[in-house]
Amino acid sequence: MAITVKVMKRPEHEVSYLRATLKGLALTFSHLLRPSVTMQYPEQTATDDWTLSPRWRGTHRMLTDEQGRSKCVACGLCPQICPANCIKLVPGEDEQGNRYPLIYEIDEFRCVFCGYCQEVCPEEAIHVGVHYENAEYERGRFVYDLERLCAQTHPVSTLWDPSDPKGQ
Amino acid sequence: MTPEELKGLLLVSSIKIGVVFAVIMIGVIMIIWVERRGSALLQDRLGPNRVGPLGLLQNVADGLKNFTKEEVMPLQADPVIFVMAPMMSFVAAMLLFAVVPFAAPLPPFDVTLPLIGHVVHEGPVAMVIANLPVGFLFILAVSSIAVYGIVLAGWSSNSKYAFLGALRASAQMISYEIPLAMSLVVVLLLAGNVPLGDIIAFQQQTTWFVFAATLSWLLFHVATFAETNRMPFDLAEAEAELVAGFHTEYSSMKFAMFFIAEYTGLITMSALIATLFFGGWDIPFTTWDEQEATNWSFGTLFRVGMTNLFFIGKTFFFAWVYIWVRWTVPRFRFDQVMHLGWKILLPISLGYIVVMASAVLVLERLGMVHDWKYGMALFAVNVPLVALCVFGLDRDRLLLGARLRSQAET
Ligand code: SF4
Ligand code: SF4
Repeated sequence: MAITVKVMKRPEHEVSYLRATLKGLALTFSHLLRPSVTMQYPEQTATDDWTLSPRWRGTHRMLTDEQGRSKCVACGLCPQICPANCIKLVPGEDEQGNRYPLIYEIDEFRCVFCGYCQEVCPEEAIHVGVHYENAEYERGRFVYDLERLCAQTHPVSTLWDPSDPKGQ
Repeated sequence: MTPEELKGLLLVSSIKIGVVFAVIMIGVIMIIWVERRGSALLQDRLGPNRVGPLGLLQNVADGLKNFTKEEVMPLQADPVIFVMAPMMSFVAAMLLFAVVPFAAPLPPFDVTLPLIGHVVHEGPVAMVIANLPVGFLFILAVSSIAVYGIVLAGWSSNSKYAFLGALRASAQMISYEIPLAMSLVVVLLLAGNVPLGDIIAFQQQTTWFVFAATLSWLLFHVATFAETNRMPFDLAEAEAELVAGFHTEYSSMKFAMFFIAEYTGLITMSALIATLFFGGWDIPFTTWDEQEATNWSFGTLFRVGMTNLFFIGKTFFFAWVYIWVRWTVPRFRFDQVMHLGWKILLPISLGYIVVMASAVLVLERLGMVHDWKYGMALFAVNVPLVALCVFGLDRDRLLLGARLRSQAET
């Protein structure tokens, strides 16, 4: 036979076709009687032994201060670090010399959800969120502007252990 | 044949064709549902459960989806054969059921109906579409046509994956056709005739052929796995190697035709196993289901219904076995499939024919009548044969494991 086969040394009871097949049939049959592990997704988003991790990095959220303005000071660090280059920032300045973003947009399509923007932000303004249901009917809708980012309400991701922020 | 009888025959045949076609189509939908839900259960999942109660309408939805999808015709494909191939598969799969009896016969009738007038049917109405005198030979002939659908599909798509799938299908199905036919020779030896009705009648007289010809059943069962192109022998569409094998280039309803043909084949083969080896519509341990149907009483109708239920139950059981095996056993390598077919199944079936022919001859000489003792005597012959085969296969004596084969070569 032209085909060369790499042969494994296995004990005889493992290479026997019939016994192995019958054992396999018994095994699959025993699985019939076990409860299913399926999570009924749209109705059920968590089970007893599974929930979304608090470190999940999903849809972004911009935090706001007491007046409802975004906490962003347009420092430009997040567009700088973003590996996907998906943050668009045009900084502006008001009369008191406070910097704020004139335009702040995140393209969720290009984002790779690395979470660097959250890590680098000095004002703890931009965050990745514990949230994944962000389907849209149009591609254009995936570019989130500042207003939309501020309007998100889902919990934000905990990228590090709050009791041990330096990871020591 | 008087015009009344002709009308009766036409009426009965068309009703039977309509009913059987509808039942098989519904059965296919059900079996696909069982396959999907069953495989889910075997893997601790739930399977499709959204469309309709328990997901029963999922396949209807998928069918509708297939109807509305775009049909892609590859530029290089041979258009005529490309379109014909799914039809051939489908028709061959459907045709097989024409000779399978699915219930005890109905009584004769002589009635006057509106529109068509006076119709007569002499003798019991056999619950089989065509009571062909050639019986299971028809099945062997038509089931080999099914491979043309696959081969032509693969060839006409002009795609290397499809072509490889077709090549494998032709080699595999042709080699498994032989053990399939050979295992049926024993059934022919026992029953003495080929129509499935006669085979059922003989099994009612003696015992089910699963006892009288156990090895035959095992061979037939294995060969039908290859014949219906299912795991562990689904080399023609081996997804891991050949994308989707022979139907790689097919889309929308043309693909669905192959799908339906595959499951129709599954149902038919289960029905054949039930008929040839498990008594067909026979209800075990009773004789009341075997009486001649003479009048249209409630008892007769109940009997026909019950036998039909038993037939459906047996068919369904074997369909489930197919599904169960599919989700247990991984796919064979191609050389292993050929090895099993030509070097194991074929010699065993040939040897078995010789042994069973001698056994039948001896029993005839001893003047045994065809009753349950006859079947049990044959069963006694079968037990050591099966034990021998199981022993030989299991201990790596016939079917050398790769380890032993390499040892033998060095
Ligand atoms: S998560 Fe990463 S890729 Fe996405 S916007 Fe923030 S820095 Fe860019
Ligand atoms: S890093 Fe924070 S403060 Fe700086 S531009 Fe980005 S969001 Fe604004």
